[in-house]
Amino acid sequence: MRNLVLGALCTYLLGCVDASQQQANEKSQGLVYCAEANPVSFNPQVTTTGSTIDLIASQLYDTLISIDPETAEFKPELATSWAVSDEGKSITFTLRQGVAFHSTDYFRPSRTLNADDVVFSFSRLFDVYNPYHFVGDAEYPYFQSVGIDQLIRKVVKVDEYTVRFELFNAESSFLSNIATDFAVILSQEYAQQLIAQKNKPAFDNLPIGTGPYKYKNFLRDNLIRYHRNEQYWKYPVPMQQLVFDITTNGTSRIAKMLTKECDITAHPSATQLSVLKDREDIRVDKAANLNIGYWAFNTERPPFDSLLVRKALAHSVDFDKIMQAVYYGNGILARSHLPPSSWAFQAQDNIPRYNPELAKQFLKEAGYENGFNMTLWAMPVSRIYNPNARKMAELIQSDLKAIGISAQIIEYEWNTFVERIGKHEHDSVLLGWAADTPDPDNFFSPLLSCTATFSGKNPANWCHPEFDLLLTQALDTTDIALRKTYYYQAQQMLIDQLPLIPIAHGVRFQATSNDVTGVTLRPFGGISLGQVRRN
Amino acid sequence: MLFEYLLRRISLLVFMVFTLTVFTFSLNYLFPGDLLTNFSGQVNSNYSQTQILAQKYHINENLLMQYGAFLVRIASGDWGVSLSSGQSVFEHVSRLFPATLELCVYALGVAVLLGIPAGIVASAYHRRWPDRVINSLTLMGFSIPIFWLALLLIMVFCLSFGLFPMSGRIGLLYEIEPISNFILIDIAIQGFPYHGLAFFDALRHLALPTVVLAMYPTTVLVRFTRDSMLHVLEQNYIKTARAKGLNRRQLILHHALRNALLPVIKQIGLQFSTLITLAMVTEVIFSWPGIGRWLIDSIYQRDYPAIQGGLLAVSMFVILANMLAEFSHSLFDPLSRNQAYGKV
Repeated sequence: MRNLVLGALCTYLLGCVDASQQQANEKSQGLVYCAEANPVSFNPQVTTTGSTIDLIASQLYDTLISIDPETAEFKPELATSWAVSDEGKSITFTLRQGVAFHSTDYFRPSRTLNADDVVFSFSRLFDVYNPYHFVGDAEYPYFQSVGIDQLIRKVVKVDEYTVRFELFNAESSFLSNIATDFAVILSQEYAQQLIAQKNKPAFDNLPIGTGPYKYKNFLRDNLIRYHRNEQYWKYPVPMQQLVFDITTNGTSRIAKMLTKECDITAHPSATQLSVLKDREDIRVDKAANLNIGYWAFNTERPPFDSLLVRKALAHSVDFDKIMQAVYYGNGILARSHLPPSSWAFQAQDNIPRYNPELAKQFLKEAGYENGFNMTLWAMPVSRIYNPNARKMAELIQSDLKAIGISAQIIEYEWNTFVERIGKHEHDSVLLGWAADTPDPDNFFSPLLSCTATFSGKNPANWCHPEFDLLLTQALDTTDIALRKTYYYQAQQMLIDQLPLIPIAHGVRFQATSNDVTGVTLRPFGGISLGQVRRN
Repeated sequence: MLFEYLLRRISLLVFMVFTLTVFTFSLNYLFPGDLLTNFSGQVNSNYSQTQILAQKYHINENLLMQYGAFLVRIASGDWGVSLSSGQSVFEHVSRLFPATLELCVYALGVAVLLGIPAGIVASAYHRRWPDRVINSLTLMGFSIPIFWLALLLIMVFCLSFGLFPMSGRIGLLYEIEPISNFILIDIAIQGFPYHGLAFFDALRHLALPTVVLAMYPTTVLVRFTRDSMLHVLEQNYIKTARAKGLNRRQLILHHALRNALLPVIKQIGLQFSTLITLAMVTEVIFSWPGIGRWLIDSIYQRDYPAIQGGLLAVSMFVILANMLAEFSHSLFDPLSRNQAYGKV
């Protein structure tokens, strides 16, 4: 009997040794990234939500060209070369050959990427005859806010591997827009298969791209699972599996980092960085990032339609305190709408500073000396430009109280929040913008143009024709000096009109397990996890 | 006799389900927002869609018709779509409920396995040190709020010692196809993939939530068993047995236990409703993908169809569980069947 027990014990122990090796092996083939929110969609064309772009864009898709984060020059991706002719009104891309689309259990591609796919992907954005244009209510917020439908005349297939974009007029930011994470190339063959199956809405939920990973499954509030794309054209993908663990709570993300349930964590909160710094097996990377956190007013709604009220609000808040309490010294106090690292940046001297007396005076002039009630929407997730909007909202709330305004803080789940802001249900909102390209236009057109108001991406609900004219003028020329003067004027106008108050430019943090390499932080756009590996 | 009792119980069940569905139905009117949206979960539908929905939900007819249509939909599994995910509420419920159930069953199992023996030991050594130790431990366990206990355990076992994972049902890198939605069963069905590691990992994930959730029912069962045993040990037939010279072990095992456990069995079933409530808290803390966490998220997101569906599912389950507990109790204890006749 005793022998039997001993024997069983031995086998168990041996099994354990064997098992732990196996476990190490299993773990080394997959990687867990702790993300802060559910994706809104699996097609980057239909969203500008940064948390979604992080999860889907570079992982599942490729773009025609990209921007080198160091030199800010265009790099070939799916297009091997491109030529601009006809005074910038015609751009011809030569496509890479032999690029395979994902082969999954819901789609098996019969051909590699060709010009049809490129024409299909771009025509969906503006061509009403594209069968997919109206899928998902024809909302392409990024492209609509940069006015792509008034820009591209047509996309022509020249031959199997050549595509020509014909524009109505030359626009200096066109190539940058083509290089954003939103301008992905989708499979036309897959689109046709879904039409045959009468299941068009699935197109944006069951993605097929050419990127380093392919979609496996998504459980809301739980996880997204990707598998390696064995046929990736660019490099052999090291990891067998990439899993996004959706953990909305920032503290939980850090805790999971400590328990090794996450290998990489997005946006660890600055207050808790000290916990991670003591650990030798975790490193925290910090990178400058082109972004702006702001407080926007719904300028169509009284009393925020009054410039005096907006000025009063801007003068009533102590932003230095916010810098300490929310950014913990890891941000830059905004001196304009653009971040200082942008080439068109100009510090605005008359940016409103904390002065409650002046604020009261403005309120009095506007006829609101007894104050009013307002809602203050605080984004529920932590993003680069605003690590803790709730706390910021509380600080602003107490400052507003001092000048007699009572603010009610409103929070929703992130995707609901974005949707409701898009419908302009708010009085004022704490939000932000992280750039997708280094082009300064990216901070203006997608955010504050009149077209952005219509597509629901303009948080200030602010449409100012003169401002739009400045943006158009800046885009119509490629002369950098001239563009700069237009953008200087645009920045000045924003501070004069105050549709939103720029608060700060945040720094991107990322906590990574020490055995994981290959994660690079870019100053703009989403993250790319194609080359991460475990050593 | 038993049949009559069953009939009475079933009529009570029908009445309770009726009240529950009326309440859930009226929620559609009580929630803010558009009635049709609350019913269906469809937002921003265009004119023709609205017409179709209005017809389907009998919006323009009287309340009775609407309620009738509501019942038909509930019975056929059409619970509307969630506002936040756009997926069918029924699908959500059927995917998430097993996870909660699994947690509750294991916790109850632990509670029974620990609580009843501890209660017996405490009564056997009445007013001596084992009784005192068990009693004070029980009191402590009873008084600790479980969210605090959960955080404490996470602090110690997850963050300091790194012994257990702190969230989810299984390491995310293990791919387990959901078949029954009970994770351990699913792993077993699929033949223990990853050399049994997935199973082991699932057990590790279960450990802390189970302990936390089991804490309250365990203490209740300990106290109940102990009191019931003490009561039985006072009875004359026990005294007689003792006078005959039976030792303590014989006394407890052969004579006292069977009678003492009867009220405990009923108590086990009744614990289920408390357990579901506590499971919600546990799920939120341990990110357990169950119905409680989903329901709380839905409330936070003001996802009315989801709140309705979740409430309906949970309360329906609690009613059924209570019913089953009482029924099984009456099977073991024929005397209890008579009590419904209203003794003073």
